[in-house]
Amino acid sequence: MATIARIDIDETGPVRAVQGFLKTLLARGGVDAVLTPAHLVPAGTVMPTLISDPEALERADPLSPAFPLNAARLVSRLTRGSTSGRHVAAVLRPCEIRAFIELVKLNQGGLDNVLLIGLDCPGAMTNADFRVFGLEGDPLERTREFLRAVAGGESRPGGRSLAGACRVCEHPAPEGADLILGLHGADLDRAIPVLGNTARGEGVLTRLGLPDAPGAPGRREALDALTARNTAARDAMFEATAARTASLAGLAEYLSGCVNCYNCRVACPVCYCKECVFLTDVFDYKPDQYLGWARKRGAIKLPADTVFFHLTRLAHMSTACVGCGQCSNACPNDVPVMELFRTVAERTQGAFGYQPGRSPDEAPPMTVFREDEFSEMTGEAH
Amino acid sequence: MSQFEPTIVAFVCNWCTYTAADLAGTSRMLQPYNVKLIRMMCTGMVDPKYIIRALLSGADAVLVSGCHPGDCHYINGNYKARRRVKLLQEMLAQFGIDQRRLKLTWIGASEGNDFARTVAELVEEIRALGPNEARAVATL
Repeated sequence: MATIARIDIDETGPVRAVQGFLKTLLARGGVDAVLTPAHLVPAGTVMPTLISDPEALERADPLSPAFPLNAARLVSRLTRGSTSGRHVAAVLRPCEIRAFIELVKLNQGGLDNVLLIGLDCPGAMTNADFRVFGLEGDPLERTREFLRAVAGGESRPGGRSLAGACRVCEHPAPEGADLILGLHGADLDRAIPVLGNTARGEGVLTRLGLPDAPGAPGRREALDALTARNTAARDAMFEATAARTASLAGLAEYLSGCVNCYNCRVACPVCYCKECVFLTDVFDYKPDQYLGWARKRGAIKLPADTVFFHLTRLAHMSTACVGCGQCSNACPNDVPVMELFRTVAERTQGAFGYQPGRSPDEAPPMTVFREDEFSEMTGEAH
Repeated sequence: MSQFEPTIVAFVCNWCTYTAADLAGTSRMLQPYNVKLIRMMCTGMVDPKYIIRALLSGADAVLVSGCHPGDCHYINGNYKARRRVKLLQEMLAQFGIDQRRLKLTWIGASEGNDFARTVAELVEEIRALGPNEARAVATL
């Protein structure tokens, strides 16, 4: 029987209640610091912040629709090779947890000194939209307004669409978390259920001494409805993207706004190589090479290798793509990168029966093989 | 009208398929001249980006060919290559690149006959399939 406690909400609202929970966690949960989205200054934006002073938690706001970057790589930095014995709690969205689990499999982080606190994710805005929505007036009030609109089923909470990735997200619950803040279906004027989701999570929850909750009423129903709606939107997105990129000419047109800035690669939480091949001189050519290509083909677009870059990145990490959408968020020219990557990832992950971020025990497909697989490719019995 | 002559780039492993190709040559077996061999130490070191590069540069097909199961000089590079080729076939099919344009075979060092036959069959297959679209897209 899973342990379920509750965070009571008073008239100061759900964000203050979650701050109170994080203070309790710092005091009694056996963690030395909390990584949580926090407002930087009264009028600043929201960034992941590592907080060890309970006073500083007054600025914490993990419920905000801000999602400036996928924090998986930050958690990786806080956990990789840690020998200090000190523990961190990280408050993360489900896609951040999935990305972190992928990084752990690639030896870029560890689960030993981190307590993963997952949000039932209400979705997020693009950075551009959040700058307009979130930075006016009392920031915590803005978050509350956003949550009310989401709970009320509004398609444009706060007058803004959710980010494209969130509208097609079929994983709005943090399956891999130790503790889950059960926002889906919760009455945010009264209480947020906290679910112990692993043995470690339950142990911490017991120490916190929160009031027990009878369960998380309405959560399953709200989650199922949201998942069904997003899955339908996702499938429509797959179909539209596949149609637009069904040929190389179509793909070139799809990517025609790309200026080879590689922001999508920088923003990608699972693109972890320290030295990306596209930053080396492997694809630097002599002037004659470009002129030769131009003469051979009649014309060559510069910068060159745009489609090559995206195809190579798809080959390297589409099996690990968790669909967080930060590639699109980072694109200065609104290239729908997330849609392309998710559409191809659906195929490549499907080919190996792989779901990234589901479990640290599932090896990434390109790191393992079986002798008795894909025998039709070579026509041999092995 | 002259018949379409496909260009095929073949990544072959030093220990098996390259040796088979050499045997086919020294045995004077008749082979089409459409295949450009690139000798690798193992098919397990064929990075997907080499294959993507070849196809985007206008190769009509890519052949990856290594040792039979159990014969890999590096124990299991051929199995790793198989996963990568599978991944690329899935990926490239999305963009209208026929999966037949990326072929994986296992040809042992003594199988010069097999090499000559595989190459001849592949050339015929790709000739029937027609040129790779990348040849016509100047803005890649």
